[in-house]
Formats: sequence, structure tokens, C-alpha cells
Amino acid sequence: MKILVCISHVPDTTSKINFSDSGSKFDSNGVQYVINPNDEFGLTRAMWFKEKQNASIDVISVGGSETETTLRKALAIGADTAIRVNASTPDGLSVAKHLADVAKKGSYDLIITGRESIDYNGGMVPGMLAAILNANFVTNCISLEIEGTIATAVREIDGGKETLSTLLPLVIGAQKGLVEESDLRIPNMRGIMMARKKPLTVVNPESNNSATKSVSFEKPASRGDVKLVKADNIDELINLLHNEAKVI
Amino acid sequence: MSVLVYTESDKGILKKAALEAASYGKAIADAMGTSLIAITFKVSDASKLGNYGVDKVLNIESIDEFNAFIYADAIKQAVEKENSTLIVLSSSADSKYIAPLLAIGLNAGYVPNVVETPSNLNPFTVKRTAFTNKAYCNTEILTAVKIVGVSNNSFGLIENTGAAQIEAFSPILAESSTSVTSVDKANDKVTIADAEVVVSAGRGLKGPENWKMIEELADVLGAATACSKPVSDLGWRPHSEHVGQTGNL
Repeated sequence: MKILVCISHVPDTTSKINFSDSGSKFDSNGVQYVINPNDEFGLTRAMWFKEKQNASIDVISVGGSETETTLRKALAIGADTAIRVNASTPDGLSVAKHLADVAKKGSYDLIITGRESIDYNGGMVPGMLAAILNANFVTNCISLEIEGTIATAVREIDGGKETLSTLLPLVIGAQKGLVEESDLRIPNMRGIMMARKKPLTVVNPESNNSATKSVSFEKPASRGDVKLVKADNIDELINLLHNEAKVI
Repeated sequence: MSVLVYTESDKGILKKAALEAASYGKAIADAMGTSLIAITFKVSDASKLGNYGVDKVLNIESIDEFNAFIYADAIKQAVEKENSTLIVLSSSADSKYIAPLLAIGLNAGYVPNVVETPSNLNPFTVKRTAFTNKAYCNTEILTAVKIVGVSNNSFGLIENTGAAQIEAFSPILAESSTSVTSVDKANDKVTIADAEVVVSAGRGLKGPENWKMIEELADVLGAATACSKPVSDLGWRPHSEHVGQTGNL
């Protein structure tokens, strides 16, 4: 089984979000970048398929040379080869098209992306990629088993979950639950050393289409301080729930 | 030209998010000087959509279970039939599953998590959340056909006095190799996606056995229950209740 795991290079979950150039650009000063957490859940599941079902894993990212540190980390976790599409990405459609150009040539059985990146939260890349490739697609995926060309996937729905039967080739949008936090792998020294020798191929973009444009950014108004009510002060709690939160 | 809204239902009954999407669609249809058409799948209370500004409902009876590809194909055919230039969906799990497929099918630009009506119709500019609600991004849609995903509980329900004309719609649909084999869903609970009030708790509750009081409070308030990441990681509560960057927003 050939697996492609799509990796997004995103600000660390604890990053302070600021904008520069009069609110038109994300300010990356002092920001640490990581593998998008949803992608990392997917990569970890791909490692399971590698170890149990002899799958091969390519990882791919679309972006500038700065994304290579993130791809090297994915190689250190255990992916076999890495591909970087050397392109800027104005929107999710452009990312999906660049990924599809590479995926078409690779004849992958399974393509794993995160269900969304934690920067733009668009959640559109996996579905667009599947639609371009005419592949089957399951997003919000919290369980995936594959036997031959048949896949059984569980999708988180509002208020529950749904089990689906589908066929390869398949694109999934991974999220927490596909593996647990405790299953995530921290690269060891051997993995880091081996990652340096694994191939990382840079390819030039074949298309340059986008459908939307981010014009400007703004930050929401401060939400104010959290109010703590002492356990024995029921009157105050009732007062706040009734007069301020207006829920009773 | 028209605005088309996908109005989602559960067991034949329209969801609140569908009525909100219709309310949002009506506001834009008025600004564009055009009509609002809704598409529904096996809905028994479609006439209710007239109260939220829908002029016409295309109701599909021939599809029994949710399938994102089939729904996207049906909506695409409705868009083409009605010459719609703007499609509105909610931010439910199903709508977010359908919208990217629809965007490719229609060569349409798609912006999810939108919190306001457009600040400008030409160029079409909407405000959406980004960076896990730590920022807003004003985004232009550059294509002729546009898709907007409205963030749940951001616009509210706006009642109107119109009546909706209900029309049976029978799109020609291909087979899908993806099928639902089972659904596991608590029917008596408010979901985070639909909730106006959420009661959330963390590890301070000491153990899953103490969640009864959170559930009772949520029940009294008509609220959804939610939890922090460590609580979900410990398996005290299901992941679907985890609110945050790797959980639900």
C-alpha cells in the first residue's frame, strides 16, 4: 500500500497571533512552527499501516524552504521520502491543486491529510483533493482499517459517530481519535540521523490557481476576565447566570 | 441569478443551523435583489422555511441516507437549474464535508466559518474566523459562483412573513462506492454544533463519575456538555466533547 501524508507547516498551538503590514500579513516573528496536529495524528496512523501492513509513506508539503524542517521531522518519525512543492499558497484550493498534481503521478492508495490546519481552519483541502482526484473521501476520521482495497472508516458527526464502508483510492481528513495523543511519536536520535539521509525532493508547481484572497486580518475584542465564584456563594452564581449570562 | 441555501435536517426535521443559514441567505438575497431557494432532503416541515425568507424549496425524496458525494452532486444540479451564483451552507460536520466537493464541482470559491454578511458584494468580501478563533480574516471570493459556510450561532434566526413554494426535485445521481453502515448518536442531547449555551468542565472534577452534575446542569439549561483536552485524553469524556484547537471549535 502506497500512502501519501500531507503535512501543513503551522504555528505552534501556543503561538501569539499577530499581524504586520497594517493587518495584511501574519507576523511570523518569534513563532515556532510544527507539524499541524491533525496531520500528525494521520502520520501516526500511517506508521501503523507501515509497521503492520508493510505500507510505504511519502510525506508532502506545499510551501517555501522553511517548511523543510517540518518535513524532516516527519521523516524522523518514520516516513520514507518527502516532497516539497515550492509554491506559495493563497488559499486551500491552491494547496489542493498542488497536492493533486503530485498525487496523480504517485498512484497512491491512501492519502491522509489533517481534517483542517490549525492556522486557517478551512477544512477544505482534503475534500477538494479527493474531488480533483475522483477518489473516495472521509473527513473527521477517527478510525480507519484497510483490508485489500476495502476501507472501513469512522467519522465524527455532530453528536455522535458514523461508520462508513468505502474503497481505495481514498482520501481521509484525520483528527484526534484516529490515534490518541499518547500514541504520537517523538523522534529519537536514530530517527533524526536517518532522516538526514532520506530523500527530500523539491518540485516546481504545475498550476497556480486560487479562488479566494485573504485581504486583511483583525483580532477579536478581548473576552474579559474569567469570573470565579466561591463554592459556598450560590447567590452570586445564580445572580451571574441570570443577569449576566442570561441562561436561567 | 439566485441564492441557494442547503438546509440540513435530522430525521426529516430541519435543524436550527439550517434556519440560521436560511436567515443569512435571505439577508444576502435582499442585498443582491434576488430570490432565496432552499434545497432539502426528505424534509417533512419544509414550509417552515418560508418563515425565514425562503421563496422556493426544492425537496428531494429519492435519497435515503447522507452521502457527501451524492448530496454535493444533487446540490450542484439544483445550482445549475436555478442559475444560482451564491450557495450558503452551515458549519455542521455534514455541511463541511459537502462544501469542498461542491466547490470543485462548480469551480466555486469557498469560504467557511463566516461570521457576518458580506461587507461588500463587489468584490464579494466576507469576514471569517481563523487561527482557532484568535483572529478574523476578511476574504474576497474571486469566482463567479461563490460558496459561503456560515459559522453556527454567529448570525442568529431572523423571522420573515413570506410563504415558500415547495417543489419536488429529482436530480439524476450516480452510484457511490461509499456507504454508511451504522450511526451511533445520542438523540436526546444538544450537540456542541447546535448549542447556544455550553457547560464545560476540566480535570478539576477529579473523575468521570463526577460528570453527572455537569450533565444535570446542561440539562436544566438546555445546553451541551463540553470538556478540556486533558479530560478527553484521559478518556473521561468522548473526543466529540473536547473543545479547542484539536477538538471542536
